[in-house]
Amino acid sequence: MAGLTTLNVNGKALTLEIDGDTPLLWALRDHLKLTGTKFGCGAAYFGACTVFVAGSPVRSCSMPVSEVGAAEITTIEGVSGREAAAVQRAWIARDVPQCGYCQSGQIMSAVALLKAKPMPNDADVDEAMNGNLCRCATYQRIRDAIHEAARDLQRG
Amino acid sequence: MRLLVPSIALALLAATAVTVAQPANDAARSVALFREAGKVFESPRCLNCHPVGDRPTQTDSMRPHVPLVVRGTAGNGPPSLPCSTCHHAANYDAANVPGHPGWRLAPESMGWQGRSLGEICRQLKDPALNGGRDLPALLKHVSEDGLVGWAWSPGMGRTPAPGTQAEFGKVVGAWIDSGAHCPGD
Repeated sequence: MAGLTTLNVNGKALTLEIDGDTPLLWALRDHLKLTGTKFGCGAAYFGACTVFVAGSPVRSCSMPVSEVGAAEITTIEGVSGREAAAVQRAWIARDVPQCGYCQSGQIMSAVALLKAKPMPNDADVDEAMNGNLCRCATYQRIRDAIHEAARDLQRG
Repeated sequence: MRLLVPSIALALLAATAVTVAQPANDAARSVALFREAGKVFESPRCLNCHPVGDRPTQTDSMRPHVPLVVRGTAGNGPPSLPCSTCHHAANYDAANVPGHPGWRLAPESMGWQGRSLGEICRQLKDPALNGGRDLPALLKHVSEDGLVGWAWSPGMGRTPAPGTQAEFGKVVGAWIDSGAHCPGD
């Protein structure tokens, strides 16, 4: 049953009328019009719907709104900080996206990786990014861009 | 497949009059009780997260987990892709993703996939492998732990472990009381 729920999204407290069992993804896209977060599969396989909840990467299709509580949600529209800036630069420099549909999820996962492991090796990148599928298969460019972002962060 | 409580297992639990199902001696009865409990230990609901190695399996067919995920240092995935990325506090049928607050793999020392029931039994009894548990602590774990209990409430499309957690606890308790003998295989 729909009721009023307040979500803390990208630094703002936003109240919406929604059924608590609704996936967070649809609260973001349909109710709050934050359409940068994409629907991939609805079953947590694809990773296009990745956002941060309380700073950790979460597939927003597999989390009901009722479970979010007061936790801070960060979407692709609101992600910021050194790692996000470095990833953005590297993504542009390496021309990573092809069709681009999965890229918001790829970027959120890449930022999460660099926050957890500032200088990842190839195995670390694969471990972190395995849950993000790219139908255009730009995996090599994604990996290269993450390494470039890591080097950028090391340089300060 | 249902855990045999009541039926053969109750006959095994009753250490009184001899019945046709009663094994010939206490050790045989103990092994029979463990084989009964083994229907749970060897259920896909348990084995999927007790892999030998770094990767869990999933579904009743125990296929490799999709996407490819790894154990990480604490069994809950690497920091960049923890289990909690997809698995949240409860089963979520809208996405067909199972969940529990403590979602993680069993320790590597408790890997069961591909092992015989006797090997699983000896692992379970060894405090060096089972997280430092003596037999009463092991019984408490299997009888009361919430993540163990998830096996009987696994959500849409997943076959629950046989029986109930309470019945499972009774069978494991009876196995411990009978000397906690392991199958020889």
